[in-house]
Amino acid sequence: MIGEIIFYLFVAITVASGCMVVFSRKLTYSVFALLVTFFGVAGLYVFLEADFLAAVQLLIYVGGVLVLLLFGVMLTGRIVDVRISHGSANRIVGGIAALSMAGILAFVILTTTWNTVGAHTISDTVTTIGNLLMTKWLLPFEIASILLLAALIGAAMLARRPGSE
Amino acid sequence: MNHLEVYLVVSAILFSLGLFAVITRRNAIAVLMGVELILNAANINFVAFTKFSTLTLDGHIFAIFVIIAAAAEAAVALAIILNIYNNFNTINVDEAASLRG
Repeated sequence: MIGEIIFYLFVAITVASGCMVVFSRKLTYSVFALLVTFFGVAGLYVFLEADFLAAVQLLIYVGGVLVLLLFGVMLTGRIVDVRISHGSANRIVGGIAALSMAGILAFVILTTTWNTVGAHTISDTVTTIGNLLMTKWLLPFEIASILLLAALIGAAMLARRPGSE
Repeated sequence: MNHLEVYLVVSAILFSLGLFAVITRRNAIAVLMGVELILNAANINFVAFTKFSTLTLDGHIFAIFVIIAAAAEAAVALAIILNIYNNFNTINVDEAASLRG
């Protein structure tokens, strides 16, 4: 019962802060709402017994991506300027597209009879994920590391000021 | 908390919000945040289906790869945005249109 309440609290937090990311007028507010959204998603992962993923979510999204976004906001926005609050275009078209997409998805989700397996607990996620990464998914793992290296070098090259060799 | 549909609906809502942000926002960083929302929605789906409809952890692995791709994408996209800002003095995606895109 108490778990149920906490779960729906996490759902509410995730959805509400997601709305704030999209609808808030100030960009910095959006970024901080995104922080809360990531926390909420991590909470959902915990409820799905994905403890390792929840930790990864907090480390990489909150610790990495969000700090990057914040850097981006601070470096590109003139803080006192109005332009840091983001205007938006074609709201009607976007609203129709997003609403119809949500409607179609909700309809499909609620009318489909999903093939679910019976209640089972996932244990030892870290060990299992480690084994899978080193055996079945070894090649994608290596490719991902090369991708990260390329992204690191590329981002450093792109972001450097021209002429500062 | 033991219903697959709840997770899927949350993920659908997050996806639609991200889509809305990508379509309507003019600020490039806000567009990027919409993309992050969409990727998170996909990840919720992967993890939910791992819990409810399979006995393996392959969905977790896929979610990890999605997170890796998201991190790389955010880094490169922000570097590009900083460059656009340095060259055009704006990060409005409608104004950076030298390629007539």
